[in-house]
Amino acid sequence: MTYVRYELVRTFRNRRFVVLSLGFPLVLYFLIAGPNRHVRNLGDSGLSAPLYFMVGLVAFGSMNAVLGAGARIANERSVGWNRQLRLTPLSPRTYFRTKVLTGYALAACTLALLYVAGATMGVHLAAGNWVKMTLQILVGLVPFAALAIWLGHTLNVDSVGPTVGGITALFSFLGGVWFPITNGVLRDLAEALPSYWLVQAAHIGLGGAGWGARGWLVDGVWTVALAALAVRAYRRDTGRA
Amino acid sequence: MPPPLPASGIELAGVAKSYGSVEAVRGVDISVEPGETVALLGPNGAGKSTTIDMLLGLLAPDRGDVRVFGRAPGDAVAAGDVGAMLQTGSLLRDLTVRELVTMMASLYPEPLGVDEAIELVGLQSIASQRTQKLSGGQTQRVRFALALVTNPALLVLDEPTVAMDVESRHAFWTTMRELAGSGKTIFFATHYLEEADDYADRAILMARGEIVADGPTTEIKAMVGTRTIRATLPDAPLERLERLPGVAGAERRGEAVVLRCTDSDAAIRGLLAAFPDARDIEITGAGLEEAFLELTTGTA
Repeated sequence: MTYVRYELVRTFRNRRFVVLSLGFPLVLYFLIAGPNRHVRNLGDSGLSAPLYFMVGLVAFGSMNAVLGAGARIANERSVGWNRQLRLTPLSPRTYFRTKVLTGYALAACTLALLYVAGATMGVHLAAGNWVKMTLQILVGLVPFAALAIWLGHTLNVDSVGPTVGGITALFSFLGGVWFPITNGVLRDLAEALPSYWLVQAAHIGLGGAGWGARGWLVDGVWTVALAALAVRAYRRDTGRA
Repeated sequence: MPPPLPASGIELAGVAKSYGSVEAVRGVDISVEPGETVALLGPNGAGKSTTIDMLLGLLAPDRGDVRVFGRAPGDAVAAGDVGAMLQTGSLLRDLTVRELVTMMASLYPEPLGVDEAIELVGLQSIASQRTQKLSGGQTQRVRFALALVTNPALLVLDEPTVAMDVESRHAFWTTMRELAGSGKTIFFATHYLEEADDYADRAILMARGEIVADGPTTEIKAMVGTRTIRATLPDAPLERLERLPGVAGAERRGEAVVLRCTDSDAAIRGLLAAFPDARDIEITGAGLEEAFLELTTGTA
C-alpha cells in the first residue's frame, strides 16, 4: 500500500530523528551493561546483566519509538495535514494502522540493533526463544501505541516532545528498565505498569513461561483504557479541528 | 475517462452554525447542479469558510442538512467523490513533491496520473524537491495538484489564490478553466469579485453569515455596481441620490457623496439634472472591490 510506504520513507528520511531514536538506547546499553557484563544474576532477577539490560533498553527504546507516532500526529495536526486527510477516503482505521505500523517499524529496528549488541556481550539464546521473546515484546508495546495516539490528538506540537520524554523516563524507571525492582511497594507499583512487563519478556528468552495471567491482565487493562482515551481524543479533535 | 455525473449535485438546506455566541452562518440554502462552476463570494468573515467546512463534513451544522451527490458529506468524501483545497495547511515534510502527489493519488479510486497532475499545475521543475524547501507560492500550487490528482466529481477550493503571486494565479485559473470544461462540479470561495466574474457560471454572495445574492455573475455585478461617481455635494439627501437612474447605492463622506453605479452614463446625467451644483466630479471604474465590500459589510 502506497500510503504506508511513503509514511515509512518519510519517517526514515528524518535522519536526526532516526539516528537519535536508534542510537541513544544503543549507547546507553553499552554504558550500563558493559561494566556489568559478567554479572550472571542481576539483582536476584534470575537474568544475566547483558540480557536484563538488553531487554530493558529494548523496552526503553521501543517505547520511545512507538510513542514517537504521537509526536508525528501532533506535528501533522499543527500543519493542517490531518484536516486534508479527513477530506480523503482514507479511513481513520487505516490512518491509525499506518501510524502504529510506522512506530513498530522503528521499534523493530531498535530491537534488532540491541539484539546484535546483546549478542556481542554474550547473550546466547535458542533461536525459538529469540522469536518468542520478540513476539512478547511486540505485544507489550500495544498499550504504548494507544498511548501515542491519545497524546498525539490531545497535546500540541510544543508539549508533546517533553511529555513523551517524561513518560518514557517515568515508565522506564518504575518499570525496572535501569535496575531490577525487588522491594515491596515499588514492586507492586512496577507490576501494575506495562513497561515492567516489557522487561519481563526477557524471562521468555531463558525459556521461562512468560507473563502469566497477571502480565496479560495488566497489559489488557492498560490497552483498553488507553485505546478508549485515544478514540475519545480523536473524535473530539476531529469534531472541530 | 471522467466518471459518470451523479444525478444530483450539492444541496445545503437551512444550514446554520454558531461558535459560542457568534453566528457564523445563519441558515443558508445553496444548490449546485452537477457540472456547474459556482463561486461563493464575500468578504473575510462572511461565513464562507464555515460554509465550506460544513459542505465537506469537517464541521457539523447546528441546524439544516447538507447533501453531496445525494449523500452525507462524509460518505461522499469516503467514496472519493470530493477533492478539496483548503485555505490553510502546509504539506507533509520529508517527501518530494512527486512522492506527496503519488501518496495522495493512492487514496482515491480513480486518480489522475501523477505526471498529468504535476504537468497540469506546472510543477515539473520542482517535482523532485522536498516539500519543506518550497516557497509559499509553490506550496500553494502543490496543494492545488493534491486536490486535482484525486480526480473528483466535486472540486472544492477555499480561497485558492490568496497566497499566490500574479503568475501562479494566472496559471491556476487557466487550469481551472480547462477543468470546468471537463464536466466537473466546481465550488470555490473567493473575495475577489473579478475571479467570480471571470471563472464562475454563477456567484453566491455571502455577507454576515447570510446569502445576499445568488445568480449569474452579471446580476451580481449589476447589484454591486461597476463604476463609482464621487462628487462634492454637501446638502443632497442620500435617499434622492439612491433613486437616480443607474445608481445602485449612495454614501456620504463628509462633504462628498459616493454613488455606486450600474450605469454611470445615466447616473451622471441624472445627477447633474437634479443637482446642478455638484462639483469636483470623479468617475472611476476601479472601485469594484470597494463597492463590493460596501454592499457586503452592511452599510447599505
